[in-house]
Amino acid sequence: MEQDNNKILDDFAESEYKYGFVSNIEQELAPKGLNEDVIRFISAKKNEPGFLLEWRLRAFRHWQKMKEPNWAKVKYPPIDYQDIHYYAAPKNFNKYKSLDEVDPEILKTYEKLGIPLEEQKRLAGVAVDAVLDSVSVATTFKEKLEELGIIFCPISEAVHTHPELVEKYLGSVVPYTDNYFAALNSAVFSDGSFVYVPKGVRCPMELSTYFRINASSTGQFERTLIIADEGSYVSYLEGCTAPMRDENQLHAAVVELVAHKNAEIKYSTVQNWYPGDKEGKGGIYNFVTKRGLCEGENSKISWTQVETGSAITWKYPSCVLKGDNSVGEFYSVALTNNFQQADTGTKMIHLGKNTKSRIVSKGISAGRSDNSYRGLVKISKKADGARNFSQCDSLLLGNKCGAHTFPYLEVANQTAIVEHEATTSKISEDIIFYLNQRGISTEDAVALIVHGYAKEVLNNLPMEFAVEAKKLLSVSLEGSVG
Amino acid sequence: MALLSIKNLKAKINETEILHGINLEINPGETHAIMGPNGSGKSTLASVLAGKPGYEVTEGEVFFNGKNLLEMPPEVRAREGMFLAFQYPVEIPGVSNTNLIKSAVNEIRKYRNLEPLDAFDFISMIKEKAAMVEIEQSFLNRSVNEGFSGGEKKRNEVFQMAMLDPVLAVLDETDSGLDIDALRIVANGVNKLRRKDNSFLVITHYQRLLNYIVPDYVHVLYKGRIVKSGGKELALELEEKGYDWIKD
Repeated sequence: MEQDNNKILDDFAESEYKYGFVSNIEQELAPKGLNEDVIRFISAKKNEPGFLLEWRLRAFRHWQKMKEPNWAKVKYPPIDYQDIHYYAAPKNFNKYKSLDEVDPEILKTYEKLGIPLEEQKRLAGVAVDAVLDSVSVATTFKEKLEELGIIFCPISEAVHTHPELVEKYLGSVVPYTDNYFAALNSAVFSDGSFVYVPKGVRCPMELSTYFRINASSTGQFERTLIIADEGSYVSYLEGCTAPMRDENQLHAAVVELVAHKNAEIKYSTVQNWYPGDKEGKGGIYNFVTKRGLCEGENSKISWTQVETGSAITWKYPSCVLKGDNSVGEFYSVALTNNFQQADTGTKMIHLGKNTKSRIVSKGISAGRSDNSYRGLVKISKKADGARNFSQCDSLLLGNKCGAHTFPYLEVANQTAIVEHEATTSKISEDIIFYLNQRGISTEDAVALIVHGYAKEVLNNLPMEFAVEAKKLLSVSLEGSVG
Repeated sequence: MALLSIKNLKAKINETEILHGINLEINPGETHAIMGPNGSGKSTLASVLAGKPGYEVTEGEVFFNGKNLLEMPPEVRAREGMFLAFQYPVEIPGVSNTNLIKSAVNEIRKYRNLEPLDAFDFISMIKEKAAMVEIEQSFLNRSVNEGFSGGEKKRNEVFQMAMLDPVLAVLDETDSGLDIDALRIVANGVNKLRRKDNSFLVITHYQRLLNYIVPDYVHVLYKGRIVKSGGKELALELEEKGYDWIKD
């Protein structure tokens, strides 16, 4: 049976090959579909070292044997993985000549979020002249980092400049065997960030993709790897509050974090990919694998996420607490509106002694959306004195949306202390009317309630990001009440 | 000109007409009491004035400050200076009292083309008004009405009223569920707010409250109509004879 399958796949690969696209190395776009030749093509395009190509191929072969998971509480039509381009030349495809051609609804949102005009163009995919300011800021930024020995560059660049680090750490936290989407990402990943903070260095600024020179459209299969060596600290920001246009419906990113002894990584995300229209048409499928390894003792990894975009969100930023006394944190606000679906949460795997984890999850559902928290707390046999605290709250707007909580608990050590609290509340018409009667409009009333509700998570974001995230929550809920 | 002028107001909820033609005028500086047996339409009148969704006005008109009240959404009525002290104040988890009142004060100031209050002025104002209704500072940092006792909720309503300084305050059975001490505190708070340029509409089932908040006029609401009006003595007469006296 397997042999038959392989033969079919081989034939398929060959038939693709017959059309000779691989020889045409100058081509900007790989033909649709996925096979070993496409992977060789991607790797060749990026001039990758042999170890990486081998790794990609192993991932691909493994992926072929896997089945797409269906346990999440999300529904979507089957994805035809052979109907996707897995390589496009890394440049911005500018869809529009000027802002006049962009959907006015999107422009209105930009305005509400207070995004500068040039930035609006970049986000909407309008051709922009080089913005000299931001380039020079980014250059200064890079020089400062280099002085401290911090490496911050696209992973495609790190493959050439620091192959030993990439080879050592890539797939060390999320192996390609981990899950279907991680395997797919490993086989075809386009680009992403690479960060290495040397021993004892405290990174003085927030690292964000915004300042990564040559950060081109790498949204679809992004791969990020962050290593904090002993005693170091780094805070990394991913995404932005502005709604991002992307032609690719399927996104499958992988993020790996490694914190050595006494090191700390703070990873913040604001995800606002296109959620589809009010009728639920279009929108990004966001299937992400994010995991951090607290490798050394006293290390700490903290995930903070504000998820408002995408038609489907499937992500569980997790911590493997291997080092003794290591700490994992997960702070999340997931907002769904209209027809959005989110199945998100975390996994805290306690392996070392006296490891601690804290989970604060705030789900907000509006419209006809579905919002699930799914979390695992696992205390292994050797994790003496492990502690976990989980708080999972759901807030409902209206009565057509859903909120679900799926906590999983596996405790194999008697000394562990695990606490779980959960609440569900509803923004009722009575509450809105009460606030209206105090002179507050319905939209502001919803914002007031949602900000109060999400405060604990928003407070964990870097200050400027928090302000933007608050605005984003309000804008995302506009028109959802009354 | 009357501050509030209600003419032949008819309103229904779920296809049932509750108010069958209310007429009432309130001038600046006056305190009016509306009394009546259960189910007479007292709370419906308060809800219709505040613009609560679900109530439909089928006939009549209401002018407030010379403007057509019924055309305004609830938040605009509030910004125009109408305040409703709720009979059953809701709990709002996650939103602190301070946060609510700050948003409300600044919305109303914005409507009147005033700058938002600076933090210093806001805090001193809060301290002053909180003392007036005998509420603790710590109480202000708690979520709105969450876990408050019945008395605390009512005091919170009067505190908010003091902060927002309305021209017309409608008190919907503010005395219900209060013990005598709480009643005294709430009534004292209201009395301190009475001036020549603002008005109160006190809705109550019992005469007891009117010993503390002494009205200029008393109206008896029965089956959706005002069937009797008079001075403060009317309340005492009602207390003595009961509502049956009206029903004849």
